[in-house]
Amino acid sequence: MAISEQVRAECRQLMDRYPQDRSALVPMLHLLQSEQGMVTAEGLELCAELLDLSTAEVRAVATFYTMYRLRSQGGEHHIGVCVNTACGLLGGDAIFDALSKRLSVSNGEVTADGRFTLERIECQAACTHSPVVTVDWEYFDQMDIDKMMDVIDKLEAGEEVVATRGPAVRGWRAAEKTIAGIDDGLGYKSDAIDSLMLAGLNQAKERGETAPDPKDF
Amino acid sequence: MALTPVITAHWDEPDCFTVDGYKKVGGYRAIKKALKMDPDDVINIIKDSGLRGRGGAGFPTGMKWSFVPQNDGHPHYLTVNGDESEPGACKDIPIMMANPQALIEGIIITCWAIRAEHAFVYIRGEVPEPIRRMHAAVADAEAHGFLGENILGSGMNLKLTVTSGAGAYICGEETALLDSLEGRRGQPRLKPPFPAVAGLYSAPTVINNVETITSVPYIIENGVSWYRSMGTDKSPGFKVWAVSGHVNRPGIYEAPLGITMGELLDYAGGIRDGHELKFWLPGGSSVPLLLQDHLDTPMTYEDIAAAGSMLGTGTPMLFDDTTSVVKAITRWLEFYKHESCGKCTPCREGTAWITGSLERFQEGVGRSEDIEGLVELSNHILGRSFCALGDAAATPYEPALKAFRSEFEAARHQPVDEAFPPAATMIIPPETANLAGAAT
Ligand SMILES: Cc1cc2nc3c(=O)[nH]c(=O)nc-3n(C[C@H](O)[C@H](O)[C@H](O)COP(=O)(O)O)c2cc1C
Ligand code: SF4
Ligand code: FES
Repeated sequence: MAISEQVRAECRQLMDRYPQDRSALVPMLHLLQSEQGMVTAEGLELCAELLDLSTAEVRAVATFYTMYRLRSQGGEHHIGVCVNTACGLLGGDAIFDALSKRLSVSNGEVTADGRFTLERIECQAACTHSPVVTVDWEYFDQMDIDKMMDVIDKLEAGEEVVATRGPAVRGWRAAEKTIAGIDDGLGYKSDAIDSLMLAGLNQAKERGETAPDPKDF
Repeated sequence: MALTPVITAHWDEPDCFTVDGYKKVGGYRAIKKALKMDPDDVINIIKDSGLRGRGGAGFPTGMKWSFVPQNDGHPHYLTVNGDESEPGACKDIPIMMANPQALIEGIIITCWAIRAEHAFVYIRGEVPEPIRRMHAAVADAEAHGFLGENILGSGMNLKLTVTSGAGAYICGEETALLDSLEGRRGQPRLKPPFPAVAGLYSAPTVINNVETITSVPYIIENGVSWYRSMGTDKSPGFKVWAVSGHVNRPGIYEAPLGITMGELLDYAGGIRDGHELKFWLPGGSSVPLLLQDHLDTPMTYEDIAAAGSMLGTGTPMLFDDTTSVVKAITRWLEFYKHESCGKCTPCREGTAWITGSLERFQEGVGRSEDIEGLVELSNHILGRSFCALGDAAATPYEPALKAFRSEFEAARHQPVDEAFPPAATMIIPPETANLAGAAT
């Protein structure tokens, strides 16, 4: 599968954002992964060509970061289960086991039908919302086994599934493009603020507590 | 101590993250002030405010800015650290989603102060929601003339680039971050030279945490004495606390430094019903655990240090009596082992050894010689590794042993899952049938 002119143009667009072209490499690899479902030899060569590096130099970078798939295609949806302490012990371990059983895959594997990649992930900076699962890296907060089974049912049926903080999931490859920094038009559209993020503010309002009034100083 | 929402004060407004929404609540007034001031005066205000870095180390922010050589004819850069990957830390991602405009205003003011014309926000790769929101917020600020050429007629030019990582905790370490931002493997650099002298592309660079920079516009707008009326002399100001674990109301609570964990825990609804606090960590997995006795300790850099821990990221995690301390710290060590960049031997080898020993305890076949041996091993890593990740990995074991020695003794013969049934630790226990099914 040849890399389209449009993607090449998007790569150049990324390069324009930095004083030195090479700075675009990490985002560029996300973009090529989004285009091809993994980082292919062709993708590495394109980075090398555009950034005036050797393919070996690009590969050395690509292999350092865990989000890039260099060996095989990723599934249509990426399911990440946070198993670091605050999530894993509070429910993530059991969620992972249940998903692993349901999808018949172990950590890092893609289901036989190519629909799901299942991965144990590290702390997702959302421990207040534990146990946290991600679908296409969007937040699915305060999950349990039943809720996750429901999410999988819906994804299998092709129904819409909306993140608890974020938009409706659009597939792993679309998420990789967002992560690369290519505008998906959703930046201001999704609901990213929830009651847990407002826990303190709501209580401060109830109790009439505020920061000191600047006029008093 | 009362809650003092500042950064979080308007998160319940539906448009709090847009330029228009932010302006409605007083946003973008501080840059008008700052851009009329001499840049050195801005640095002095931040110095006088006593603002300390919220990325974990608590380094004085104004002092860091003053290390940048001025009028040296080189380009300067600001890099905002939005890598937030420390287990337990969960405040910067919410700030970027809910108050990106205050972060951008802080970036403009900081760049004015350090004479930088290009700034970066480096966000960890696994979080598309804050990434897309930061991109949208930057485009919004550009459209309103707050970024770009000759901002507000001040003569200042500023380009702001949002960029992302690709899954490597070590890229939160500031010099590894710079390597990643230069398109390389994210491995820490030898210091000195410090980034303020030779950072991104070898040019003078300031690296600050998201929460640090987001605090800046409020200090400029409301003044040093207002800021210092919160917190203590050595740890002034407000702080976004993210409280997680076995509490009834986990979430984000903004209050001055110096609030106690006990007070924060009250706001968070206490430990979940029917259980008692067992141990807690003030700010991420890289700091020593504390106990019930420390609930009255003021949450300041100095008081938490005196109590034997560190304030770190100020994102407390609390665990109740159902939690196996062995299992909790094993999970953290597995994380450090996985995230060790491999550059130096004490960390690369040491994290593997400690993790292996802890996993044996977890399985109920811990070696008795490891009970003391792991203290010694940790001490060999502490202070001998190239960056603070190694130190972080050497931290959890000794305080855990000191407080809960009997659990390690027991784990020489009994798997921790027997002594501490996993279902009891979960907040939403699965159906017994499901759990039995899942275990196979
Ligand atoms: C392994 C490791 C990971 C780190 N991760 C982060 C991070 O995600 N965010 C952050 O702001 N600082 C992180 N730091 C601290 C940074 O190196 C740096 O001190 C900080 O960004 C400076 O900002 P501040 O002065 O505003 O706190 C990390 C340090 C280490 C050793
Ligand atoms: S201490 Fe660990 S993470 Fe830091 S440089 Fe050494 S091997 Fe890498
Ligand atoms: S431990 Fe899961 S989000 Fe932090």
